[in-house]
Amino acid sequence: MIRPLIIDNARILDPASNTDQTGAVLIEDGRISDLAIGGPAGVPDGAEVINAQGMVLAPGLIDMRVFVGEPGKEYRETLASAGAAAVAGGVTSFVMMPDTTPAVDDGALVDFLIRRAEAQSPARILPAAAITRGLAGKEITEFGLLKEAGAACLSDGSASIQSSALLRSAMTYAANFDMPLVHQLTDASLAGDGVMNEGLFATVLGLKGIPREAETIPLARDLQLAALTRVNYHAAQVSTKGSVDLLATAKSNNSRVSAGISINNLCLNENDIGRYRSFFKLNPPLRSEDDRRAVIDGLRSGAIDTIHSDHDPQDSEVKRQPFAEASYGAIGLETLLAAALRLVHSGDVELMTILRAMTSRPAEILGLETGRIARGAPADLILFDLEYPWQVTEKTFRSRSRNTSFEGARMQGKVMRTLVNGRTVFVHEEDA
Amino acid sequence: MPQQSSRTGHSGDFPPFQQRHLISIADLQPHEIIDLLDRAEGMIEVSRQERKSLPTLSGKTQINLFFEPSTRTQSSFEIAGKRLGALVVNMSVKTSSVSKGETLVDTAATLNAMRPDVLVVRHSAAGAVELLSQKVGCAVINAGDGAHEHPTQALLDALTIRNHKGTLAGLTVAICGDIANSRVARSNLLLLGALNVRTRVIAPRTLLPAGIENLATEVFTDMEEGLKGADVVMMLRLQHERANGRMIPSVREYYRFYGLDEAKLAHAKPDAIVMHPGPMNRGVEIDPAIADGDRSVITDQVEMGVAVRMAVLDALLPARNEP
Repeated sequence: MIRPLIIDNARILDPASNTDQTGAVLIEDGRISDLAIGGPAGVPDGAEVINAQGMVLAPGLIDMRVFVGEPGKEYRETLASAGAAAVAGGVTSFVMMPDTTPAVDDGALVDFLIRRAEAQSPARILPAAAITRGLAGKEITEFGLLKEAGAACLSDGSASIQSSALLRSAMTYAANFDMPLVHQLTDASLAGDGVMNEGLFATVLGLKGIPREAETIPLARDLQLAALTRVNYHAAQVSTKGSVDLLATAKSNNSRVSAGISINNLCLNENDIGRYRSFFKLNPPLRSEDDRRAVIDGLRSGAIDTIHSDHDPQDSEVKRQPFAEASYGAIGLETLLAAALRLVHSGDVELMTILRAMTSRPAEILGLETGRIARGAPADLILFDLEYPWQVTEKTFRSRSRNTSFEGARMQGKVMRTLVNGRTVFVHEEDA
Repeated sequence: MPQQSSRTGHSGDFPPFQQRHLISIADLQPHEIIDLLDRAEGMIEVSRQERKSLPTLSGKTQINLFFEPSTRTQSSFEIAGKRLGALVVNMSVKTSSVSKGETLVDTAATLNAMRPDVLVVRHSAAGAVELLSQKVGCAVINAGDGAHEHPTQALLDALTIRNHKGTLAGLTVAICGDIANSRVARSNLLLLGALNVRTRVIAPRTLLPAGIENLATEVFTDMEEGLKGADVVMMLRLQHERANGRMIPSVREYYRFYGLDEAKLAHAKPDAIVMHPGPMNRGVEIDPAIADGDRSVITDQVEMGVAVRMAVLDALLPARNEP
């Protein structure tokens, strides 16, 4: 029998109910059994009490885009190490992309991942199933069976479906099972062998550029097909002003459309690449400062719904290469909240908006009961100190890989405690 | 004997060169560019003597590490090093380090253990030489990294122009051809820009990179317009893969509109010189009669190449012995 737990005197921030008040929550049997907003809680006999004065209590973060090396590339990341990294960053649930070896395109593999994650990961892991077999963009997978096995959504991960006809089929069939379809936006022929944002900076570095239109052209197509098929469509990640404009228009007519953005595209721009820093080789590429300002506006206006880490562990073998030859991707689970809080401290975005994009909106899109602080909801919660100063140091990462795009960055704000299903799975310890 | 030693920096003519490596023209201050050109003048004298040697690099080891073939540049660096008395080792890496299962950083560690004094590196990837320079203890010279830079080419081009025109000041240099993929163009635009030389680029729009107008003073897509009043016409090599119907429709059409022939050259100044980094595609980017004609200074560029590389080696290595 687990003792009831009270988190008292916290600043409760719940985007789902638009709550921002001091109060307390009572947790029993893994769920939030009571809430006391605006005042102290009554304490049941035998309850453990956490005095959270000065802390923000928010729903645990839901990260819609995480790559894990297991199965196939466990040296990069395992379900256990990704889970540990997640809860240290305040992420209590994450969608795991199907880009594994083999790809997650079969119900048996979904089932395996769910069971293994339950046994080994302190965070909830929600497998995304491939839209197409082997992520090859040729034939659709067994959406119904994959849903039965527990797949949270459909996605071809970092691959982008080039055939409009196939994508239409996939959307139509996904709507049949009411499965969210999450799609990466890359016009492969237009992106060509580009490796960073197209523009003067790429020209100076002598690197091939990826034009913004390699993102906006497939987005425009996807939005039209989404309207046609009425699928629950989520543009995996956008990075340009043009995409924000397209989404704003589409959303006025279609409420089943949503879009995500990587924290990297919100916080960094192409100039961060500096002298060929391959940790900043990302997909989509870091764009210009004008684009970054536009996507921040898009987040504020609601054109962009969710913020994710795009956690993509890569080993030094593939990252310690000349920029053009290095692999794409950066880890980000452990820095997601702190990096997002930069936007709050800079006055660009309200704290409530930031948290909504990482809690209630992903929960709504994926149909989860987590992501909110409400009676009866699972007690997936975080306590964080909004002001806590710290510096990102690689050696403290729980992830098996070190390819952070926030190497050495000074942060303000840190997760102090993470609970999943009412159980404390992470407590911040002061640096020795 | 001419003042060889004074021209090569050992009697106080030149202050110590402050750069650790030569990766990019962008790293050089204008006075450092002038310094290297002046040093190279002295090296021309050395190279034209019967006994073409100086003891400057005696006891030093120079490794030429070429990840992509370039007989011309590699030979030029080899001759430069040997004329200064260095032990020169050529290492051609035909397959990329990645396909051998070794990262460039691993290669750097291996080379570092051989204790060279200078690495001359060519690599197909932009930034590769920069990455390598961060991992080794010796001086590194960029002999061309992808479409990024080829700094010694820009220096030898500037030296060639200065020798023919007497000065760089007030000149107009037109760079024509595949600007988008040319490291030679980038280094030249940076160098000439640093010395306030007026530059133009001329190319079809498909071969002009984004934002080029911020690097060059003027951008032209019409060859005749772009060549008007030019003092120097610098042609670039067209890679055959560009002529595959995507960037340009055909070599024939390219030559018609962007190949340097007498009619187009007539728009430049009457005393304009014609340059090319080589190797040339005669009949593609340049008329054979012009390539081999009176106004061509292409073979001079080769001679200046050796002198410039001697100057760069001379400037970098003594500087590294400073306390």
